[in-house]
Amino acid sequence: MPFVIEMLDIVKLFPGIRAVDGVTLQVEQGSIHALLGENGAGKSTLMSLLFGLYQPDQGTIKVRGAEVRILDPNVANRLGIGMVHQHFKLVHNFTVTENIILGLEPRSGLVIDLKRAARRVRELSERYGLQVDPEARIEDISVGMQQRVEILKMLYRDAGILIFDEPTAVLTPQEIRELMGIMRRLVQEGKTVLLITHKLKEIKEAADTCTVLRRGRLIGTVPVAGTSEARMAEMMVGREVNFHVDKAPARPGEVVLRVERISVRNPKGLLGLRDLSLEVRAGEILGICGIDGNGQTELIRALAGLSPLESGRILFKGQDLAGRTVKQRSDAGVGHIPEDRHKHGLILDFRLDENFVVHSYGAPPFCRAGILDFRAIRANAERLIAEFDVRCGQGGATPARAMSGGNQQKAILAREIDLSPDLLIVAQPTRGLDVGAIETIHRRIIAERDKGRAILLVSLELDEVLDLSDRIAVLCGGELAGVVDARATDENELGLMMAGSGREA
Amino acid sequence: MTILLTMLPIALIYATPIIIAALGGLFSERSGVVNIALEGIMMVGGFAAAAVTVVLEPSPMAGCWGILAGVAAGLLFSSLHAFACVHLKADQVVSGTALNILAGGITVYLCQIFFDQQRTNAFATGIAKLSVPGLARLPVLGALLFRDVYPTTYAALLLVALTWFVVARTPFGLRLRACGEHPQAAASMGIDVVRMRYAGVLISGALAGLAGGTMVLTQDIQYSLTSVHGTGFIALACLIFGKWKPAGVLGAGLFFGLSQATSIYAKDIPLLQAVPQDFFYMLPYVLTVAALVVFSGRSVGPRAAGEAYDPGKR
Amino acid sequence: MARRGSAILLPAAAILAGFALGALVLVATGKGPLAMFQAMLQSVTGINSQAGTFNPRYIGEFIVQAMPIMLTGLSVGFAFRTGLFNIGAEGQLMAGSIAATAVALWVKAPPGAHVALALLAAMAAGGLWGAVPGWLKARFNVHEVVVTIMMNYIALFLNNWAVVALFQSADRIKTAPFPASAMLKSPALSALTHGSRLNWGFGPVLLSLVVYWFIIEKTAFGYSLRAVGFNKDGAEYAGMKVKRNIVLSMVIAGAFAGLAGAVITVGTFSFGRALPAAEGYGFDGIAVALVGANAAIGIFLSGLLFGMLKAAQTLMQTQGIPKEIASIIQASIVLFIAMKYGITHVIRKLGPSRPGEER
Repeated sequence: MPFVIEMLDIVKLFPGIRAVDGVTLQVEQGSIHALLGENGAGKSTLMSLLFGLYQPDQGTIKVRGAEVRILDPNVANRLGIGMVHQHFKLVHNFTVTENIILGLEPRSGLVIDLKRAARRVRELSERYGLQVDPEARIEDISVGMQQRVEILKMLYRDAGILIFDEPTAVLTPQEIRELMGIMRRLVQEGKTVLLITHKLKEIKEAADTCTVLRRGRLIGTVPVAGTSEARMAEMMVGREVNFHVDKAPARPGEVVLRVERISVRNPKGLLGLRDLSLEVRAGEILGICGIDGNGQTELIRALAGLSPLESGRILFKGQDLAGRTVKQRSDAGVGHIPEDRHKHGLILDFRLDENFVVHSYGAPPFCRAGILDFRAIRANAERLIAEFDVRCGQGGATPARAMSGGNQQKAILAREIDLSPDLLIVAQPTRGLDVGAIETIHRRIIAERDKGRAILLVSLELDEVLDLSDRIAVLCGGELAGVVDARATDENELGLMMAGSGREA
Repeated sequence: MTILLTMLPIALIYATPIIIAALGGLFSERSGVVNIALEGIMMVGGFAAAAVTVVLEPSPMAGCWGILAGVAAGLLFSSLHAFACVHLKADQVVSGTALNILAGGITVYLCQIFFDQQRTNAFATGIAKLSVPGLARLPVLGALLFRDVYPTTYAALLLVALTWFVVARTPFGLRLRACGEHPQAAASMGIDVVRMRYAGVLISGALAGLAGGTMVLTQDIQYSLTSVHGTGFIALACLIFGKWKPAGVLGAGLFFGLSQATSIYAKDIPLLQAVPQDFFYMLPYVLTVAALVVFSGRSVGPRAAGEAYDPGKR
Repeated sequence: MARRGSAILLPAAAILAGFALGALVLVATGKGPLAMFQAMLQSVTGINSQAGTFNPRYIGEFIVQAMPIMLTGLSVGFAFRTGLFNIGAEGQLMAGSIAATAVALWVKAPPGAHVALALLAAMAAGGLWGAVPGWLKARFNVHEVVVTIMMNYIALFLNNWAVVALFQSADRIKTAPFPASAMLKSPALSALTHGSRLNWGFGPVLLSLVVYWFIIEKTAFGYSLRAVGFNKDGAEYAGMKVKRNIVLSMVIAGAFAGLAGAVITVGTFSFGRALPAAEGYGFDGIAVALVGANAAIGIFLSGLLFGMLKAAQTLMQTQGIPKEIASIIQASIVLFIAMKYGITHVIRKLGPSRPGEER
């Protein structure tokens, strides 16, 4: 079959980085072609080049055999290339139709012909089985449906080549399966699909061919059918990957945290968490899994003291936490590693040593009579840097912004663990980190568990939850769908519970 | 009751520049650029209108040319804001504040250069009022809307309708709003966000210049440093009060115009005689603060307004 | 540190560009820039380079002009450090002015105490006027820019009403003159500077600069303010009382501005005044804070700079140079700083991604 897309010897440079270093990609017409690599491997950049968001510094791009220069997304659209972005680019208070026609509005005189637009949207939606309501407003529809609106955007423009950038991060296992079905239907109708991902399972399920990138370089292109997951992982990472962390069985002690029938409101004012009860013991890891937006954030905020309870109570070491502020809970022994290290975990414009005392700056030894003791703050930073192996250019004086993601996370971990909390809430600890950093952090979490801490692990990565947890609680629709023993369950069962069916607690 | 009838035409005169300037603010903010320099642009427009009118009088078209000069001056002045905020990604509030200071400086400076004093010379007529034959004889509405009305008032009403039409129904309006809500989404659909934001700011400059010219030519006899006295900020308040919608702006503008008229006639109204005049001057500002508190819960302004456009943001 | 170096470079370049633009405007309209610079020199040093004379009155007046804008600069700068844009320094200043007038006219106290009371009352009033937008921001997330602008006008009209209604002004412009015990005025200082209005106000001003620096850099409270200013959410997650900090910050900012109002009313003048329009100290403060990079020493220096611009205005006017050139220069400097801040900010955000990390 002829190649519909060829990207030959592409080089793309950003300041200080060779994001794409001599990569050749050839995609066959009518296939589902996966682009595999870790974060920072260059796959998103490569596809951005194809979509016209950047231009290559070297190399050529050919579409259907003809050499092209894709100067902006408009040109890409005209060539029939469309992209479903990882972070949706949808205007929240426009309707589905308005979002789809933006930039290509059908007119009737001076005015937009919304009726004609809605008709076409409905047509396309039915043809590809997308089930989208043209009149709905984006802010009112589900994430899965929003993604389908993104797909419709491309189909509306008669895209023949559809690029999907990490499409499954926000979907339930069922929705993922639906998406795979949609992709196959697209290919049946003559389209070509490019799938950017780091999820090996999905590649095995859906793709025909897979190109692997590592650190901007092409490692190889393989037929999916004949290549094992392990082999693809090895290509992606460069060495044999140990998927599982070795850990001794847990020895749970007393109940440290008891949550009794709590309900919490979300920012929209609805109950994001409903009637939830669970408990965590010292020396065990309770993993919380669920699709993003099913109550995890509300649970964390309620435990940390950032959101009030509508009803129910939280007992920490036997004491009701009602009315206790964030600071009081932190002082009492509740540690929190937030899921967004840039927004919540660190003050990026502060130095590293200033970040280390973000909980403790107000009391001795860092502060006397309201005045800061900088020598103590610096000494503390040096100690933590050494103990936790935090890499920073200028020691404690390094601006937090200048550190890598992995080291930023290590710094946050250092800070929280140093307070010796009895309960450690860990949210998305390895988001956006490379495999090396992930291993370090996983080992650290297990180590803290073995020291007798109670750990509540909230993560959207099912593998991580299965790997680290001793018990797993599944949230679905703000309610507890079930609690299972980690060793006795698997991804399928968890997936079913996450989506709303499966066994009861 | 008769007091009310006397007040309403005055209220319209006061409301007109507020509405026009607020519509300008609407275009700018809808495109994503906060424009608190409406005050400064009005000053520049008012100065240009007064200066040109004075120079061209006693020609009957002097006022027309003056207004056009005001529009042009506003357009030119606002291009500074557009360049600073859209191209150089300056902080929009700081840029607006600087332009307000600059406007005061440069208008009075030019007065000194051209007229040897800290204001322009006085003009004789400014803009002539007109009456619509036939309609002027209607019982109540005639006196209010069709007799002895400044043409600029009609312009304001027309602009409200035009703004609604353009923003809500045309492709330009859809794209403009997209740039103000989610510029990355607009860019991904091939829209030139820089160009749209420039358009938004320049339109706001033209309209605010028009508003300034209108204000000076219908409410004063010359331009001086205190000619605009905060009306640009009232226009901003009007925009917020009107929830960034043309119809809302019209309503809010009329309301603020009425409150200003009330401050002048309060001494003739038994109920209000005891209230000191200064409190009436305060009214639009107090109301705006109240409105901000009431509306703050539901964020109704364009979501991306105030942020510099960052193409790399995910 | 590299950061310190670039922090000076930015304002310095903007200042040079602003003056260059001013000179250009003069030349383009047929005026001589030399006369402007000579007027500026004379305003600061008292030296008349043309006539070769020296008159210290100019130095006194220069300091008088610099004092209030240093205080409003501290007000704006303090709020900036906490992530808030305080355009309301003008209104807070007026609130302070009203309070100082009230204490001066209504309270009887011995000399030292009377002045101190007036200053304290002014700080309290300014703090209160600042607390309103602070509380509205903390509680309702109302953006402080529009609220403070509105409150500037409310304060202006309140001031005018108070001068007539509360303080019984005879001519509706000035109140009765203050008793000597309430004033910062000093015959000695005035004599030293050949009859300028120089007064003891520079004492509170210098003290304020030191207090500003100390609070922000050395105290735990300053640490938490800076944290909130850099990252409100992160500070909240760390357990800091964000809402309380926002309000406190605006109170302190308001107090600085209120003090400025007192320095003007019981220092520069000796009576309360009704004003046709705001005098612009608030906007001067914004310029001072931005050019001074929100640091105490920077605010001191840029306060001197902009004070010089203000003081030079009367001299310029007599030399045939329209005094508005000063605001043109000031506005240009602020605009250039805004543009440069924009560029730095963008460079920081679009920095290269690191391997192993999401961009």
